[in-house]
Formats: sequence, structure tokens, C-alpha cells
Amino acid sequence: MSNEILKKTKLAPQVYDFIIKNEEIAKRAKPGQFVVVRIREKGERIPLTIADTYENSFRMVVRAVGKTTYELCMMEEGQHLSDIAGPLGNPSEIDYFGDVMLIGGGVGIATLLPIAKELKRFNNRLHVILGGRNKDYVIMLEEFENLCDELIITTDDGSMGIKGVVTDGMDLVMKNTKINIAWAVGPTIMMKFCSIKAKELGIEKIWVSLNPIMIDGTGMCGACRVTVDGKMKFACVDGPEFDGEKVDWDELLKRLSQYRDEEEISFGKFKEQVGDLSWL
Amino acid sequence: MALKPPAKKVRMKEQEPQERIHNFFEVALGYSEREAMEEAKRCLQCVHHPCVSGCPVGIDIPGFIKKIKENRFYEAVKILKYYNNLPAVCGRVCPQETQCEAKCVVGKIPGSEPVAIGRLERFVADWEAVNVKDNQIELPENKNKKVAVIGSGPAGLTAAADLAKQGYVVDVFEALHKPGGVLVYGIPEFRLPKSIVDREIAYIKSLSVRILVNTPVGRAVTVEELLQNYDAIFIGVGAGTPKFMNIPGTNLNGVYSANEFLTRVNLMKAYLFPEFDTPIRKGKKVVVVGGGNVAMDAARSALRLGAQEVTVIYRRTEQEMPARKEEYFHAVEEGVHFRWLTQPIEYLGDEKGTLIGVRCITMELGEPDKTGRRKPIPIEDSDFVIEADTVVEAIGTDANRFLLNQFKGLSINKWGYIVADEQTGATTLKKVFAGGDIVTGAATVIEAMGAGKKAAYWIGKYLEGEFNPWK
Repeated sequence: MSNEILKKTKLAPQVYDFIIKNEEIAKRAKPGQFVVVRIREKGERIPLTIADTYENSFRMVVRAVGKTTYELCMMEEGQHLSDIAGPLGNPSEIDYFGDVMLIGGGVGIATLLPIAKELKRFNNRLHVILGGRNKDYVIMLEEFENLCDELIITTDDGSMGIKGVVTDGMDLVMKNTKINIAWAVGPTIMMKFCSIKAKELGIEKIWVSLNPIMIDGTGMCGACRVTVDGKMKFACVDGPEFDGEKVDWDELLKRLSQYRDEEEISFGKFKEQVGDLSWL
Repeated sequence: MALKPPAKKVRMKEQEPQERIHNFFEVALGYSEREAMEEAKRCLQCVHHPCVSGCPVGIDIPGFIKKIKENRFYEAVKILKYYNNLPAVCGRVCPQETQCEAKCVVGKIPGSEPVAIGRLERFVADWEAVNVKDNQIELPENKNKKVAVIGSGPAGLTAAADLAKQGYVVDVFEALHKPGGVLVYGIPEFRLPKSIVDREIAYIKSLSVRILVNTPVGRAVTVEELLQNYDAIFIGVGAGTPKFMNIPGTNLNGVYSANEFLTRVNLMKAYLFPEFDTPIRKGKKVVVVGGGNVAMDAARSALRLGAQEVTVIYRRTEQEMPARKEEYFHAVEEGVHFRWLTQPIEYLGDEKGTLIGVRCITMELGEPDKTGRRKPIPIEDSDFVIEADTVVEAIGTDANRFLLNQFKGLSINKWGYIVADEQTGATTLKKVFAGGDIVTGAATVIEAMGAGKKAAYWIGKYLEGEFNPWK
């Protein structure tokens, strides 16, 4: 369990693909599960999704958004992460459903990939919508092209695929195919609107993978609590996947902003030390 | 009859309240050698030594105190460690007033305080850390049988150490990145410095106990694998799932479970943010809900984070409060406010979802309930609002059912805790033992250690073929 960075590849500006050596996680992880990572002794614990597994290693895709993720994205091959706990969370509930809609936004596309692969293994027909700010942020395109039965790309600026957002893609899919089950993974606000859209379109269930603030990731603190169907759930042990139509999205969005000031202080101090980061 | 000993314990130096509320350093500073020897003289060396019966791990108390009196500290260390694998921890956090010291004969003399057994235990353990280098540990012959211990809190560490001392191969599985359980994430630095926990864990590792961190059982390793690969299993996972009152506003920003608040502060060192990366809300007006030790720890931590006002609200009165008296007095000295007979009924927030106040209701005490404490009853139309930007709910914990559900055939009681034999720790599932909070519900460090100790003894008997309740 060496947690060595075996390989690091840039996928998009501030988005990196890591292959991390860890035999135990490689052996046990199932689609939909995540790890909690602490990169160094004074570091915080952050949750990251397991994007794939290999013989002795696993894959995780990281977008640099604050101090810890920037620091992680600046780490090099051969370096080690202090701690990786996992796999954590419930695996995705995969079965044969027929036509399945999969929606990925930004770095959520990486989370979607193992779910898509597993669904394909169960012979589902995959209708995939991938969205990004612009063409640079639509990651893992080739990998999805090989899996999909239908692939729709949306970008905010129209630099690739349809100019628009992923919910526009959902409309398109539904024109030709009746969908009963969907997965949406991406920014919380995207998952919220996908869930609203799914309800409008009559999709019976839309799984979303929630990413609230976590500390231990094993159910002992309740930092990641969310309200689903009016009940308190801990995303780390009860999820991270829930029925999007039942999630209290506005509460989750508010809770995610809980440490915005502290995150800025921490990141500001880090930038003072390392200088310009626009190259990353 | 010996001369009557001095009525009072030798005073232990402490940081002054005004100074200590600005730091997380230990409050109590410990005895010097001279002070320890002086206190040791107060022990009457009773032949029937009732103090020992008050100790859940049965330490030979007059024995080690006699060695202190004779200035033979190293021998005192050896006696202590024979019984107790975590003496520096226990000397600090045990509620001695209800255990060993409650039984002390000197304490029965009118106007006299009992012998300061806890302080002396602490002295011996700390003396060893400074004065004994390269302690030669004689390990017994390897018996080639393997025991898995789930959880590295006080119960698990004690069971692991005792089993290793018997010659078994012991692997401890810990979900977090540091071993110690509540000793590292729950009890704050100012009561139990983490360097001391590290030291005691290093001792347990020196007994050849292997501790696998970042390994949540049920996820990173399955229960079937453990049952297959080990000759016996001890479950000591604690009662780690926080309870919430579940009143309106529970999910507002600024409302914490005590587990989250204390984990951020203690395990992640959020009080040293931004040197350490984990943030915590540094509230100005903090309300802590509850009356146990965890509530005291949360309140005193909030003060040290810079709060202007910390109020503990408790639904009963001072008399019923389960916190250690010493910790309660420390909190009062430090300026924590207490509001008795008060219960929160709603958390109030602003439009951004941030906590701004707590609506409370006043209670009155009715008839005693099953625990013998008078039951609090709400008084109608007595509600009022306390301004607050941070709330910490310290109202207890539940068992973590996720793991237990995976042990097929393990009986769980109606509160979700494991059914285990009180004497032996044996559960209903073959070769599986359990102890600590996961059996009793939230209790004390020393009771968990006592349970770990008993279970280790009976696991040994089981592995020797001398004990088998599953026939």
C-alpha cells in the first residue's frame, strides 16, 4: 500500500489523471465508490472518486479548485500520498435496465466512467451526455466513444458539440428514446438541474453522486449529512449515490459553501508561497 | 495505628485559567518526583486495599504507590504496566472519583481527600517516558495463532496488547489514519496531549502488534476474510455514530455534531489552521448541547478557538450532569456559562443557511426515571432565543450498524449494540468477542480497557481450547 503516484497525465487545464499504487483498493473497489485522501502530514482529508482499477493500482481524476487539490495536482510521479482510506461508500446499483441515460459534467465525467463501463458489461444501451465549459473540459472523450450507443456533447460556448448545457442534451435523448433510469455526476448545481429535468421528462429515477464536505468518510461525524426524501442521510455511508429527485439540493448547496472564507485564506496563503498557478 | 495522613491531596500545578483559555496545552501539569513521593506517603497500604476493586483493570495500587514512596520509580512502572497498557492515558482521563479513589480508605476519614491515585499513575507513566530508554520488552514465545482486532480505541488497544503479551499474532484494523480512537479524535489536547497517546501506542507496537490504518473493516477488508484468516476476532469499534436531536434547522451551517467538531479540532488540528489544512468555524457565540464529558470538551475547545461566549445548555440540573466534576469545575473556571433545565427546540438561520440563534424551552424535573435521575419535562410557552453562530450537539452516540450488519449471526440488542457475555466478551458468533462502547454504549476509557482486558484473557483461554461457549 505504497500510495505512489505511478502516472500523472494532464487532461484539461487544472485537471489531472492519476494512477496511484494501492493493491488493496485495486482489488476491492467497485463502480461508484470513493477514497478519502490525505496528501501529507498537515493535510486535510478529502474525498475523491475511484475512476478505474488496474492490477495493483487505481485511477483518480482531480480538478484543482483549492489548496489541497492544487497541491495534489502539483505532485509528481514517484511521490507518495500520506494516506488513502477506502474503498468507501456504497457501490452503484448496476443491473440490466435497457436504455440508460448517463450525464457527466466537468470532472464528474471521470466518476461516470466506471459506472458506464459496468452498465455496458450488463448489456445496457448507453445514451451519454458529456458537458463542459468549453471543448478543453470535455475529458475522456475517446474512452466514452468506445462505450456509448449515443453520445451528445454540450459546451457553454459551443466550441464542441451543442452550445448549451447538459439538460438540453437530456431533451435530445428523450426525443428518440424512452429512458427510465439515468445517472448524473458533476457539479452540484448541474446535478440539481438534471434532477429537475429528469422529473419533467418523466424519468423514474436519476442517480446522482453527491459530494458534500467530508472528514472521516466512515459515518462517524455527520459532516456529510444531506436530506433525502425528508430524512437525514450520511453521504459517506448511506451514499454517495441517491435518487436526485429526492435530494434537498438547496440545503446541500448552502452546506457546500460553509468554509468558503477559510478555503480562500488557505488557498491565498498557498499561492503566496508557490506563485503563479495559471500554468497548471 | 499510623499517624493520620495529611487531609488534602498534594496539589497538582495547573495552567492558570486566564492563560490556558488561549492555548491547547495541557491544563494539569503533573507531579514532580518530590510531590509524588509526598503524596505516596498518604497511602495507608491497607491490607484489604479496596481501591483495587474500584479499578476496572485491577491495578495493584498499593504496590506501585509503595514503590513511589521508596523512590523506586522503575519498579513502580513495571507494576503498573503489568496491569495497564495505557497508564499515562488513564492517569489523566479516568473518573477516579467514581472508581479507585471512591473506594480509598483515606477518603473515608471525615474531612480528608482520598489518595491521588490517578495523579500518581500519571506521574509514573510520565517518569518512564523521560527516564527509561530502550525498555527491553521480553516477548513470549509465538503461539502461531492470529487474532484480528477491529478498532484501535482503548478497548482494541488493550485487547491487542494483552494478546500480544500472551504470544498471539495480533493485527489491529483502524479506519482512520491514526490509531487511538476517541483518544486521538475525541479527547482534546488540553486534557490528553496527543504526544502521550503516540507514546503509548508506540509501546503497544513494540509488543509486535501490527496496526493497519486507513482500513475500514467491511469496505477495505471484508468480515468473511477476517473470519477466514484469523483464529479469533475482537470487535472494539466504539459507538461512533453521532445522534442528532433532529429539530428544525439541524442542517444549518454552524451546527455540528460533537464528533465532527472534536475530530476537526483534535485529529485534524483545525485549531492550527491554516498551518494545518482542515478549517473549523471559529464561533463568537457558541452553544453546546449536553451535560457529559464530550460537552465539556467541546465547550472548552470552543473557548480556546476564540469564542467570546460559550454556553452549555443541559435539560436537567447540575446534580444530574454526567460530566466529571473536575472537568465541570475546569470549564466553570475558564468562563463557560451553564443554563440548566434548558432544551433546544429549533435552530434559527439567515437566508444563506447560516445559524443565528437557538430557540430553547425551559424544563422542570418530574419523577425519577429508570436511571434514577429525575426526568425533564418541558414547561409550556417558556421558549426563548439564545443568539449563537455555532452549535455543538453533544447528546451521545449510536452504534455504527453498517459494520455489525455484515457479521451474520451476531446478535444485536434493541439499541443496536452487540450482545456479549459480561464476563468473557464472547458474542453469539463463533470465535468473535466484543467489548467497549459497542457493547455497553458510550462509557469511559477505562471501562472499555477493562472490557478489552477481560476479552483478551478469554480469547486466550478459547485459543488454548479451555473455553468454548459455542459448542
